[in-house]
Amino acid sequence: MTRSITYLEAISEGLREEMRRDQTVFLLGEDIGLYGGAFKVTKGFMEEFGESRVIDTVLAEAAIIGAATGAAIAGLRPVAEMQFSDFVSNGFNQIVNVAAKYYYRNFIPVPVVIRLPSGGGIRGGPFHSANPEAWFFNVPGLKIVAPSTPSDAKGLIIAAIRDPNPVLFFENKYLYRHIKGEVPEGEFIVPIGKADIKRPGDDVTVVSYHAGVHWTLEAASLLAPDGIEVEVIDLRTLLPLDVETILSSVRKTGRILIVHEASLTGGIGGEIAAIVAERAFASLDAPVRRLASPDTPVPFAPSLEDFNLPNAEKVRQAILELISY
Amino acid sequence: MLDSKEDLTAGHNSPASTGQLLRMYYYMVLMREFEESINRLYQQGKIVGGAYSGRGNEATAVGTAFALRQSDYLFPLHRDLGAHFVKGQSVRALMLQQLGRSAGPTHGRDGTGHYSDPRLRIFGNISHLGAMIPVACGVALASQLKKADDVALTYIGDGGASVGEVHEGLVMASAMRLPFILIIENNQFAYSTPVQKQFAGHKLSDRAIGYGIPGVTIDGTNVLEVYKVTSQAVHRARNGEGPTIIESVTMRLSGHAAHDTSWYVDKSTLREWEKKDPIRQFEQFLFGKNLLDESAKNAVHEEIRGTIQMEVEFALSQPYPSGQDSDSGIYAG
Repeated sequence: MTRSITYLEAISEGLREEMRRDQTVFLLGEDIGLYGGAFKVTKGFMEEFGESRVIDTVLAEAAIIGAATGAAIAGLRPVAEMQFSDFVSNGFNQIVNVAAKYYYRNFIPVPVVIRLPSGGGIRGGPFHSANPEAWFFNVPGLKIVAPSTPSDAKGLIIAAIRDPNPVLFFENKYLYRHIKGEVPEGEFIVPIGKADIKRPGDDVTVVSYHAGVHWTLEAASLLAPDGIEVEVIDLRTLLPLDVETILSSVRKTGRILIVHEASLTGGIGGEIAAIVAERAFASLDAPVRRLASPDTPVPFAPSLEDFNLPNAEKVRQAILELISY
Repeated sequence: MLDSKEDLTAGHNSPASTGQLLRMYYYMVLMREFEESINRLYQQGKIVGGAYSGRGNEATAVGTAFALRQSDYLFPLHRDLGAHFVKGQSVRALMLQQLGRSAGPTHGRDGTGHYSDPRLRIFGNISHLGAMIPVACGVALASQLKKADDVALTYIGDGGASVGEVHEGLVMASAMRLPFILIIENNQFAYSTPVQKQFAGHKLSDRAIGYGIPGVTIDGTNVLEVYKVTSQAVHRARNGEGPTIIESVTMRLSGHAAHDTSWYVDKSTLREWEKKDPIRQFEQFLFGKNLLDESAKNAVHEEIRGTIQMEVEFALSQPYPSGQDSDSGIYAG
């Protein structure tokens, strides 16, 4: 049985079902209990699960992440919320030096999930719109998840909670209430580390995640009447990257565009471009192309932000350039 | 406002039994002898990386860990080797770890005291000073959530106490009344920087006032005082009364690590502190109580040296891990 719910409701449902199933799962973060979270992902949770499993913490990100790691090594399964992913920089050391290295150094699993509402398009300005996934992409030991649909969001939050490793779960704030989709009721798992072909096509591969998947799907629909068939790969997991799905698609199409909302330099797209160049060079009919936000902080004024953000039209133009190369 | 400083230091009669006193002595000597053997291995070029010493900190390391029970969580720092032994760690495991051998607890993936042993509830240190404190708070939180009464105890130095994560952890621990004890080891120097350059206050334990928790400053060279005050803090934590800060005042009687001669330390100050050597001080106490004499003291030292020599030889005979093991086991499961 499925029914149509929002991206936000899907995350909420996955969290709630895991908390009902497993008594060791608990939540901690700023304003997640009484207030239900800045975005209301945990609305009603404190009433159902009590204050000891839905913990309103002090305003201290390093303490939240560090305490989650400590609770995880003591046998619990914490899910920590960063109110905005921008604020994760305050807890950076706890992620990259403590949680990420714990298993490698000690052979002790750290089953902690850090939820990170991210992304622009909500007029949040430079401190409430970041897409900081690339900061962590270079850190062995972490898993990074970034769903684009309600169904994947539910299936991946459940997989993240059950994973014995630290998982950074990036939630796209713009998608929270803008996207609805069919989501299975009850236990439903989307495996971490597996990309999904959201639309098959033979002419060009577009690899994306989060909001970029929706821009790309829209661009693909606009191009289909002209006979251009776009294969849309939704990465869903950024670390570990599903390299095989990307390579087999590009070997078929000979053309690849990588789209992400995060800024260009040092982004996920650069790594994918390098992998394709190393391992599928002979299959390429055109240079690898990236489309991303420019290398600036996310600006505040609507005119500035809209100019900077990629969108369906920019994706369409980039695909046309690739096709005509 | 909470102020049980009076309670913490009230009464100085030793609560420890004769057997406990002799075990404390044993572990203090074991710590010193083990670290001296590490220093010799370093001088001989048989040890890679850094070689740290807790010389001068034996009473603090042993006395604090002695106040814990087996199910409590210990997060030791690099000057707390004795705490590992008190908590049940073997000389063999620690020697293999120091020498980076495959059979050691981290299989050579990390060195010195940077290992964890969940069976003994020892969670070794992270070089980023202060980073362990929120983690220890999380373990204390788990204990609270599980309705267990196990406590978490960790350490920070006079230098490390400046790090922001220390503050964040203490804010959380005090607001949530977590079963958490922080020992601030004030050993006068953060590497080469004297404590006077680290803070403008009177005592590091005064910071407890800001957190609304008890803070007490003790003589960190006196193992019985350390044990007694830590026991009281552990008792409070176990009874749900929240965290305590204990500033244990000692002197680092060595360089920061084996490469460092600590030329920047005033020699007369050092000589004054040498007179308060925690091991010699405790020996005098035990002699005075007729619990130890010269021959018993020599027997303890000989037994320990024999054990260490055997474990050095064993560890040196063990292989390093194979190079290709370096990229396995990045992820659990």
